[in-house]
Amino acid sequence: MIDATHYVALSLILFCLGLIGVMMRRNFITVLMSLELMFNAVNLNLIAFSFRLSDLAGQVLAIFVITVAAAEAAIGLGLIIALVRLKDTVALDEADVMRG
Amino acid sequence: MKLYDFIWLVPLFPLMGAIFNGFVSNRRGLSKKTTQSVALLGAGAAWIYGWAAVLQWYFTEDHTKPYVVKAFTWITGGNLTIADGSTAAVDISASFQVDPLSAVMVGFVTFVGFLIHLYSVGYMHGEPDRDYARYFAYLNLFMFAMLTLVTGSNLPVLFVGWEGVGLCSYLLIGFYFEKGWCAAAGMKAFIVNRIGDFGFLLAIFFAFYYFGTLEFRALFDAMAADHGGHYATAATIIGLLLFVGAIGKSAQIPLFVWLPDAMAGPTPVSALIHAATMVTAGVYMVARCNYFYQMSPTAMLTVAVIGGVTAIFSATIGLVQNDIKKVLAYSTVSQLGYMFLAAGVGAYVAAIFHVVTHAFFKACLFLGSGSVIHACGGEQDMRKMGGLKKYMPTTYWTFWVATVAIAGIPPLAGFVSKDAILAKAFEAGYTDLNHHGGIYYLLWFLGLAGAAMTAFYMFRLVYMTFEGSFRGGEEAEHHLHESPWTMTLPLQILAVLSIIGGVVIGFPGQLFHLEGWSFIDRFLGPVVLTHGEHHGHALSLGLEWVLVAVSVAVAVAGILVARLFYLKDPGFTRASYLASRFPLIYRLLLNKYWVDEIYAAIIIRPILKLSDLLWEFDARVVDGTVNGVRNMTVGSSWVSGIFDLQVVDGLVNLVGRSYDVASRQFRRLQVGFAQGYAMVMVFGAALLLGIFFVVNL
Repeated sequence: MIDATHYVALSLILFCLGLIGVMMRRNFITVLMSLELMFNAVNLNLIAFSFRLSDLAGQVLAIFVITVAAAEAAIGLGLIIALVRLKDTVALDEADVMRG
Repeated sequence: MKLYDFIWLVPLFPLMGAIFNGFVSNRRGLSKKTTQSVALLGAGAAWIYGWAAVLQWYFTEDHTKPYVVKAFTWITGGNLTIADGSTAAVDISASFQVDPLSAVMVGFVTFVGFLIHLYSVGYMHGEPDRDYARYFAYLNLFMFAMLTLVTGSNLPVLFVGWEGVGLCSYLLIGFYFEKGWCAAAGMKAFIVNRIGDFGFLLAIFFAFYYFGTLEFRALFDAMAADHGGHYATAATIIGLLLFVGAIGKSAQIPLFVWLPDAMAGPTPVSALIHAATMVTAGVYMVARCNYFYQMSPTAMLTVAVIGGVTAIFSATIGLVQNDIKKVLAYSTVSQLGYMFLAAGVGAYVAAIFHVVTHAFFKACLFLGSGSVIHACGGEQDMRKMGGLKKYMPTTYWTFWVATVAIAGIPPLAGFVSKDAILAKAFEAGYTDLNHHGGIYYLLWFLGLAGAAMTAFYMFRLVYMTFEGSFRGGEEAEHHLHESPWTMTLPLQILAVLSIIGGVVIGFPGQLFHLEGWSFIDRFLGPVVLTHGEHHGHALSLGLEWVLVAVSVAVAVAGILVARLFYLKDPGFTRASYLASRFPLIYRLLLNKYWVDEIYAAIIIRPILKLSDLLWEFDARVVDGTVNGVRNMTVGSSWVSGIFDLQVVDGLVNLVGRSYDVASRQFRRLQVGFAQGYAMVMVFGAALLLGIFFVVNL
C-alpha cells in the first residue's frame, strides 16, 4: 500500500535532486531544468497532501504553481538568450559582471 | 487765408530740403541736378513764402504788436519761485512771431540766402555728387536755423536757431575736413561760439528768474511798465550776458578770432554765414532785446565800447592782409563793430539798417571774391592777382560797386547806413548820453578813423586784384575766365541793391529834416522801447551836414591814398617803403596783433597742460585704482579658488571616500556568482529551520 509518506519521501528526494542541480551545475539550461524538478517536487507534495486530507485546495494550488512555472520558464529562457547574446555562452559562472 | 499764421513754414521749407539732401541725396549719391533742384526749392520756397507772408502781414496787421503763432508746447515744468517771491510756471512753447524786426530779417535772409544758393550751384559744380549733396544739405540747414532764429518769439526758440547756425557754421567751415586746418578752423569757430553761448544761456536763466517769462513781448511789456528803474539791475545783468553771446556770434573783441579762420570754408559759405546772415544774429538779438539795454547805461556803454574798438581794431588788421578773403573777413568784423556801436548808442534801427545794407554789399564782395578765386584756380593771395577786370568784367563792376558802397560814398547803401551810425554816435556824445558823452565822442572818432581805413583797404583790394597786370604767371593767366550766369546773376542783383538799397529802405531824412521819409525808421520804430521821451532834433541841420562832409572826406582820403599806393605805383614801392620804415607796426598788423598767439599762450596752452595733467591723473590714479581693484579681485578669486578646490572639494571627496572605505568589506559578499547566492540561501533556510526545530523541541 502506497501512502502519503511515500509520496512525501519521493517529493523530498526530487526536491533535493533539483536543489543540488541548481546549486552545482554550470549550465544555465540544466539549472533551469533542475528548477522545474523542484517545482514538480513541490506539486507532488501538494497533491499528496490534498489526496490525504481530502482537500481540493492543494490541487488548485498545484495548478497555480504549474502556471507560474510556465511563466518562469519563459523568463528563464529569455535570460538564457540574453546571456548568450552578451557573453556567447550558457555557463552561469560567466555572468559575473555584478561582482563587487 | 492768413499766410502769416503759418510763419513757421518759412524755416520748415529749407529744413525739408536739408533732410532730403542729407539723408537721401548724400546717402544715395543722387545727381547734382536733383540735389540742386531740391536745395533751390527749399530756399526759394522760404523766400517766396516768407515775402508773401510778411507782405500780407504788413498790409493787414497792426505793426506795433508782434503777431505770435504758437506751433506747439515745447517745455512744461512745475512752478518756480522767481526773484520777486511769486511763482511762475515753466511753459515754453515753440512759437514764432511776425513783427517789424522779424519781417526785415526774414525779408533779407531769405532773399540773400536764395541768391547764395543759386551762386553755390555754379561755384560748387566741381565737387563730387555726394559732397555736393552734403554741401547743400548744410546750406539748407543753415537757412532753417537762421530763420528759426529771426522768427522765434521767445528766447529759447531764438537759442535753438542760435545754436543751429553755430552748428552749421562748424559743419560748413570744416566742409573740406580732409584738410586738417579746415577741420581745426571749424572746431575753433564752434568752441569760440560756445564760450559766448554760455553767456547767452545764463542770460536766459536770469531772464526767467527775474521776469518769469521768456516771451519777447512779455519781457518788453514788463520793461515798458517799469518806470521806477525797478529792473535796472536785472537789465544790466541780462543785457551784459546776452551781449557775451552776441560777442561770440558776431565776432567782437575778444571772441572775433574765429571769423577770419572761418574763411577755410567754401566762399559762398563765407558770404552767407560770415558776412550776410549768421554773424548779424548778435546784432539782431541785441536789437530784439533792446529794452534791457535801454534800461541799463552800463550795458549800453559796454556794447558801444566793444563795438567801436572792434571796428577800428580789425580795420587796422585789414590794412595789410594779402589774402583776399582775410581782408574781407576783417572788414566784416569791423562792420559788425559799427553795428554794435550803433546799438550801444541806442540807435538799434540804424544797427539793423546797417545789417541789411551790409548783407547786400558784403555778400556781393564775398561772392565776387569767390568768383575771382574760382577764376584764379583757388589762389587767394592778392599779390598773385591783378588786371582781372579785363577777363571778368561783370565780376569787376559788381565788385567795384560794392566796394564804393562799403567805403561810404553817397548815395550808395553803405554810406546811408554807416553815416546814420556815425551821426548817432556823435549825437550820443553831443547830448551826453547817460553822462558818458566823452566816451561816445571818442567812439565816434574811432568809427570815423575806421571808415577811412575801410575805404583804404577795400580800394587796395580792388586795385591789387583788378587793376594793373596779372602777376600769377602765364599758365594761370591762360585759365582766367568769367564765371557762369548762376554766379554772376546774384552778383549783379546784389550790386544793384548795394546802390539803391540804402536810399530806398532808409532815406537819410534827418539830413533834410524829413524823418518820416525813412521807411526803416518808421517801420522798426515800435520795436524799440523808448519810455515815451522824444528828443526831437538833437543835432542842427548844419551840424548834420558837417558830419556827412567829414565822413565823406575821410572816405575819399582813404580811397586817394589807396590809389596813390596801389594804382599809380604798380610795384607797390611806396607801400613796401612804409612797411620797412615802420617794421614794428607793420608786423604787428600783419600778424593780427598776435591775438591768436596770445590766446594760445594764456588760454589754450594752459588748458592743454591742464588736460595733460588731468590725463595723467586719469591714467595713473583713476586707472591705477581701477587696475588695483581688478588685481585685488583676481587675487581674492585665486584664494577663493584654492579654498574651493582644497577645502570644499576635499570635504565632498572625504564623504565619498569614507563610504568607499566603509563599504569595502561588504563588497566582498557580492561575488557575482548566482549559484553562490542560491547556496547561501539554501543553507540559510536550513539553518533557520534547524533553529526552529531546536527551539520547538
